[in-house]
Amino acid sequence: MDKPVEKGKFVFTRESLKKKFRWSEFLSEKIITGVAFLSITIIVLIFVFVFKEALPIFNYKKKEAVKVEQVQKQEQYGGEADQGQTNSSGQEQYGVTTNDTMMIENQARAEDTIVHGSEQATFKSLAGKKWLPVSDNPRYGLVPLFVGTLKITLIAMLFAAPIAILAALFSASFAPYWMREIIKPAIELLAGFPSVVIGFFALMVMASFFQNIFGYDGRLNAFVGGVAMALAAIPIIFTITEDALTAVPRTYTEASLALGATRWQTALFVTLPAATPGIFAAILLGIGRVFGETMIALMATGNAALISVNPFESVRTLAATIGAEMAEVVFGDTHYNVLFLIGSLLFVFNFSLNALAEFYVKGKLVKRFQGKQS
Amino acid sequence: MKEIKIKTRDLTLYYGPKMALNSISIEIPEKEVTAFIGPSGCGKSTFLRTLNRMNDLIPNVRITGEVLVDSLNIYDKQIDVVNLRKKVGMVFQKSNPFAKSIFENVAYGPRINGINNKTKLEEIVETSLKKAFIWEEVKDRLNDSAMALSGGQQQRMCIARTLAVEPEIILMDEPASALDPISTAKIEELIFELKKNYTIVIVTHNMQQAARVSDLTAFFYLGELIEFGKTKKIFTTPDKKHTEEYITGRFG
Repeated sequence: MDKPVEKGKFVFTRESLKKKFRWSEFLSEKIITGVAFLSITIIVLIFVFVFKEALPIFNYKKKEAVKVEQVQKQEQYGGEADQGQTNSSGQEQYGVTTNDTMMIENQARAEDTIVHGSEQATFKSLAGKKWLPVSDNPRYGLVPLFVGTLKITLIAMLFAAPIAILAALFSASFAPYWMREIIKPAIELLAGFPSVVIGFFALMVMASFFQNIFGYDGRLNAFVGGVAMALAAIPIIFTITEDALTAVPRTYTEASLALGATRWQTALFVTLPAATPGIFAAILLGIGRVFGETMIALMATGNAALISVNPFESVRTLAATIGAEMAEVVFGDTHYNVLFLIGSLLFVFNFSLNALAEFYVKGKLVKRFQGKQS
Repeated sequence: MKEIKIKTRDLTLYYGPKMALNSISIEIPEKEVTAFIGPSGCGKSTFLRTLNRMNDLIPNVRITGEVLVDSLNIYDKQIDVVNLRKKVGMVFQKSNPFAKSIFENVAYGPRINGINNKTKLEEIVETSLKKAFIWEEVKDRLNDSAMALSGGQQQRMCIARTLAVEPEIILMDEPASALDPISTAKIEELIFELKKNYTIVIVTHNMQQAARVSDLTAFFYLGELIEFGKTKKIFTTPDKKHTEEYITGRFG
């Protein structure tokens, strides 16, 4: 420290070996760590918020007890037709409350604003077959929404999975090198295609096109929506499948070809089976994409909460329900809580899909290529 | 001298602009073991792979000259690569079993050739595994994953898999380089046995191995065939100084 050292020259002395505190190093490390944790925290907090808002639905028992005392009051509220105003004033109060007290207040106010029937009835109606959240006697049956979502997911995957997987197989095993260099980035770019544009295309072009072919009545229905969703899912499934296929060791393909297999046989019997875990993951992520897709569902499916197996009838998906109703819902209302419940369900579902894709695939691939029993 | 099985005439190969093989002419006799030796990057593996056209898989490869297998130019446009590879099998440096059972691995070749009869397949699998000296070790666990075998067993299973297609020529690209001495000895013993019925071409880094298993040895250096002759002669009284220097370990 005290001895002036020639710049850039490291003198090996006891002094120069002494541990030094480097400010820039310390700061940059802390900042990066902080940013990383901040982003994780934000995401976690979003989940916590969503779950928390859905929670009051499950608290009906506690509320029942409180409610007995309040029955009188509630009935008075029930008589009031102008429920919206009552609540909107409540909403303004909310604006100033802090996060900590929000939960308590929320519950308290939920008790105040029960307008139609008991909370228990609401809870029971979740398993019902009617989604009528704004009628005089609201019913929050999630079944039609689930049916609609599953139907549209099924239709979308029936289109997307085979197309995407075959396209990936072509790109990975058959396309000449230069063509692959074009196809892969091109399809990957499609993954960033705004879904509102796909929805618009489905709404304006595909709906009429399919109507001319199949001659159904409702222009917008599960089929149109499913095909449009397939357009959104194809790039995802393609990319991941393609990666999985190219990750199959080249020695596999060579072994097969050296045994006198044709390229097609090699692709079908060696490359494709070896990449199954990856393809499985690709399909799961594709399902996740369709499951959570909102804009296309809103624009192209007709949004009628019907339960039917007919692909040419309108459906209403879980995500579209949130998208359509959240903006108009009464803040803190049961309806509001149910929408958050739907959000939580979507999250749990997608989270499980991703987790399954991640862990299943990792485990399987490791087993396959590193010599453990498969 | 036995009949000539493989013959190349002025075989030159380019990877893009780079010349990897320079005008190789060689005559490989039937039912003998021919070893290719030489330092890394001298083109011996590349040359081996031209013999069953595995180089077709690599982009930007250009080949001139002729490769005759049974007097047929395999680079002729009329030649079906798939059938060529059934005739000219290949064993790779790194054992590459499919992630399937042992049985399915060996049955893969016959299956893609349209044999679906279960008894017939079982018969082929058994004879192939017996020929590769591994039947005794795996006969009780044919349905286990081939990945669970040891490295040496995997390599012998891969040889069995190659034999199941009934080739006439077997190309081996450093088949024992990743194996321990005991497994290597087993592979060498196997090669010795196989040459009664098959023409074998083997690339090796291990000169003792070349001396032990081969009848003929070809020395490659920088993409050129320097010397080719009886193994005994190459290892005792080579004609070229280069060969002698390599074999005695003065370079390479």
